[in-house]
Amino acid sequence: MNWLSDEVISRLQAASALPDLSGTRYRLVKRAGSGGMGVVYLAEDTILGRHVALKVLDLPDTSGELAVRLLREASILATLEHPGIVPVHDAGTLADGRAFYAMKFVEGTRLDHLDAQKETLFDRLRIFMRICETVSFAHARGVLHRDLTPGNIMIGSFGEVLVMDWGVAKILRSPSKRAVDSLPNQTTTAGNDALPAAVSQTAYGTVLGTVGYMSPEQARGEIDSLDLRSDIFSLGAILQFLFTQLSSETQSPPLSAIAKKAMSPDRAHRYESCSALGQDIGQYLDGLPVSAYPETIFTKLSRWGSKYRVAIVLVLTYLLVRTLLLLGYRH
Amino acid sequence: MNKVVYGLILGGVLGIFDGLTSWFTPEVRPQLLMIVVGSTIKGILAGVLIGFFARKVHSLALGILFGLGVGLLLAFFVAHMQGKYYREIMLPGGLVGLIVGYATQKHQQFSTPARS
Repeated sequence: MNWLSDEVISRLQAASALPDLSGTRYRLVKRAGSGGMGVVYLAEDTILGRHVALKVLDLPDTSGELAVRLLREASILATLEHPGIVPVHDAGTLADGRAFYAMKFVEGTRLDHLDAQKETLFDRLRIFMRICETVSFAHARGVLHRDLTPGNIMIGSFGEVLVMDWGVAKILRSPSKRAVDSLPNQTTTAGNDALPAAVSQTAYGTVLGTVGYMSPEQARGEIDSLDLRSDIFSLGAILQFLFTQLSSETQSPPLSAIAKKAMSPDRAHRYESCSALGQDIGQYLDGLPVSAYPETIFTKLSRWGSKYRVAIVLVLTYLLVRTLLLLGYRH
Repeated sequence: MNKVVYGLILGGVLGIFDGLTSWFTPEVRPQLLMIVVGSTIKGILAGVLIGFFARKVHSLALGILFGLGVGLLLAFFVAHMQGKYYREIMLPGGLVGLIVGYATQKHQQFSTPARS
């Protein structure tokens, strides 16, 4: 016997899934999206009167491990203060027991939703260089992203490029004690010192990442041996995604070579750092040779000719005028 | 490449061509090598002077005028040493100066990469 209709049941389920923000400074506005572990809501910070994004755990979490992982993500983000990484404002546990953290609400477009008609290859490569800079910064702080995909890159309304979703990030070196101490009181148990081994260090054989963007070693679950070259593989896949979306006329051998080098199955053959990858893209944008693409003599001559086009035209003009003068003297 | 080096190279290259064209004048053909060396030095000197001017003064019109002036003046000295061929030496010399003046003004000189 059905006491409640399916519609009522689904409404009740939806209502019960909403986070209980009582006792916090936030007022729920709407659901904005969902990530790997949680749902992202648009909320209003009632004290500061601004919009924030609340990431709230929405998976069953009897052991509490997912909550620790979510708060760990917040603590990693807090250690990475960079224009390309969304700043975290707050973290803690809601009245309904679910872990959450508050971050800047970013309005914009995901990289995989960029309009291929509006964005030129040049624009896309500039965006890609910004992504490289951000990931390079994270690497310098000892953090691997491990899930770099176009869906995790956001282009803000003012052109800002943000690398999102650090939920499966790996810390290569321990973050500073200051960063852990700076976590709010509610999350003191979520500091890295308190992380269960299974959460703070993903178990060997676990596959984390996105198919098509994760490195071969990541796909094999070689968690312990991952290093920054895994992220470089993902960046290579993003680069390939960016230029293959455009017409075939804009695809060039040097760019393909850069992506191929970054995505080399053997990580020893990949770029040694994100900076080196970004630098090659910069060289390409400046019309200079790139390390991944050995040029033929004809390509070098063509590049040289293109660079000194004005001078060559002037020399030819001189020769023409000089010939005319000579002919004039003879007559 | 800065404007002075650019002017030097362009002036030198045009100077070489300038000298080589004397091959078409049979009576001076025996002195071809000396003429080529001399006109190259003249072109380099003009290029350096015009390059320095372009570094200080950012004006296409003034750059061209200065280049023309320097080219004509240097060519005049050379022609004066010969005592003849004024037109044959001064016209190409002025042309070299004019071209180098234009080129050094148009040449973009970046001290930092163009991207930001």
